[in-house]
Amino acid sequence: MRRRLISLVVASLIATPCLIAQDEALQAPKSVAAGDGFAIQTTGTGKAALYIVGPSQVLKCDVERGQSISFAPGTLHNAGHYLVILKTDSSSDTSEMDVLPASSPSELSFLARPSRLPVGLHDGITGAVYVFDAYKNLIAAPESVSFELSNPSGVTQTHVVQTHNGAALTAMDSTQQQGADKFTARVGDVTSTRIVGQVPGDPCGIKMSTKPSPSGQQIELETEPLRDCSGNAVPDGTIVTFTETYAGAQTTADVPLKRGIAQVAMPAHNGAMLSAASGVVLGNQIHWETH
Amino acid sequence: MNKGGLLAAFLMAATVALVIVGTIWPAPSALAYAGGRHVFQSSATPADAVNNLGQAIQAKSWEKAYSSLANKAQFTEPQFEHDLTGYYPSLLTYATLDHFDVRPLHSSADNADMQITLYWSTVVGLAPVSRDVHVTRNGDQWQVAWPVAKQPVVPPQVIPVNYLRWDVIYPGAGDDWGTQAVEAPHVRIVDMHPVQRAEGVVIMGELLNEDVVPAYVSVSATLLGKNQSPIATESSFDKISHLLLPKQVTPFLIRFPDRSLSGVSSIRMSPFSTLISASADPVIEIDNEHLNPAPDASLTGQLINQSGQIANVAHVLGTFYDKSGQVVWVADRYVDTALLPQTPVPFSIHIPEDLARTISSQRTTVATYSEGGAL
Repeated sequence: MRRRLISLVVASLIATPCLIAQDEALQAPKSVAAGDGFAIQTTGTGKAALYIVGPSQVLKCDVERGQSISFAPGTLHNAGHYLVILKTDSSSDTSEMDVLPASSPSELSFLARPSRLPVGLHDGITGAVYVFDAYKNLIAAPESVSFELSNPSGVTQTHVVQTHNGAALTAMDSTQQQGADKFTARVGDVTSTRIVGQVPGDPCGIKMSTKPSPSGQQIELETEPLRDCSGNAVPDGTIVTFTETYAGAQTTADVPLKRGIAQVAMPAHNGAMLSAASGVVLGNQIHWETH
Repeated sequence: MNKGGLLAAFLMAATVALVIVGTIWPAPSALAYAGGRHVFQSSATPADAVNNLGQAIQAKSWEKAYSSLANKAQFTEPQFEHDLTGYYPSLLTYATLDHFDVRPLHSSADNADMQITLYWSTVVGLAPVSRDVHVTRNGDQWQVAWPVAKQPVVPPQVIPVNYLRWDVIYPGAGDDWGTQAVEAPHVRIVDMHPVQRAEGVVIMGELLNEDVVPAYVSVSATLLGKNQSPIATESSFDKISHLLLPKQVTPFLIRFPDRSLSGVSSIRMSPFSTLISASADPVIEIDNEHLNPAPDASLTGQLINQSGQIANVAHVLGTFYDKSGQVVWVADRYVDTALLPQTPVPFSIHIPEDLARTISSQRTTVATYSEGGAL
């Protein structure tokens, strides 16, 4: 404890002359917007080197003390805390200034997840927006972000969220209708859009019908058009597994949907049990009897 | 000369001497592998005749093998070669014969029936192919009559193929951070069951692609000890169908050799999926599936390619369930011939004897590889 107190006293003694020198030799603005022009006033006489050191930028220029040094717009564009040093052969004066993000948003980083999800999911879609100025500085001041999710038929969900430390988050429900929805984030007149594919869920049921093939040697199995429980057509390519069980033997085929239906021809066995399934959804069973 | 130089000179002289000895008096097996004269014995017995034929096939001396046959007038030499290696590119096309077994079935003074099992070394392991051959005496020599299975001829026809194909476009390298990527397919393990077997711990189950896009999938598992620390991690490797179309289910089996379930407190399952360009074609029907009881328990059936495209390699996976519907075993078999359109090809999957009595139902899936396509 005693050592810590001694360290604090020593540190304050060292720091005090710097603070005095800062006030006397350099007058830098306390803050400046990124990309704006600004000026630094120096005092005294003689030549010196002026350094401005920031998070990802360092400037050096030779100056005459006692003059006001102007910097053109765009000179400093990375937001952060900067150290200003006026260095001569015999002295070194320092000051500090903050470069703040420009107040007007210019760019949004919009993270929308997922890019594809089933219809009818509560809070299934999440969006995160980070607001940046023209120099890609994160704008930490609160901004109002409007999230809009619109489906192809024009139905729109809108959430307005204030940014906190430059970020705004939201969650939205997927709609009951399949399609490519536009998910847009808007701050002022700056927008960013993502596409969220809303896809049908599991088939609500599978209804299969059978008939003998023209040759009579096979059974033609065909499903009705498959739809999910919201009425959306299950997409082509979805696998339907047909199974025929007869006399201790079995025949199966994984058949992709084509134009909404799946069809296959299987051997005709008297007394065979026919069934269809897709994923975890089972369809009807048919007992095949030849007459 | 120092000791090192003396040793070098001695080694060089010994090497030259051994090379000369090996060249002048080569070992018969080395000569056979070098493509020179084969270690043919006289075909004085039926077994010798079949052995000689097997050695000729092993050395890919098709001409010698063909010329030794008793029934060579019934087919040509290319037909004989294609009968062994496939008429169309298949597992056997690039395989070599690792070894073969000969087993007598029946014999008399002038005739004999033998079984030759050829163990082809393929990219997916040994593929045994058994043939029953008839051997006849011709003077003091015996000759093998090779049972050529002539390739079924597919009638010329046009089969319309208009199944779906999925392609994937990923974000480009120059796209901004935060640009939306395409979501990986959603897959789910719908069943998982660890068992203790003599060879170690086996984890089996089923994986469902619940998405609307094809998925390349694999499953890995980590055994966790009593203090939740990982003991071992393994993946399903090829005991799974890696390509899953929407709503398709694949079994998987993961082996942990020399591990015991008694030391395992929990298992962490990690299904992996990624987007893959794929086609819904070809459709393979699995016909006439039979569960054959022990002994020699097996699942047999026929694969029928319902599409027009030739499937060069077929991987058949059988999932076996007990009466309660729980997965009790997963087994697989690669079919060593190409699947031609509408042409049945038989398959047989071995089932462990101790499990055969507990199995009451099964489900079979087929993954195919077509030349120029993807799994």
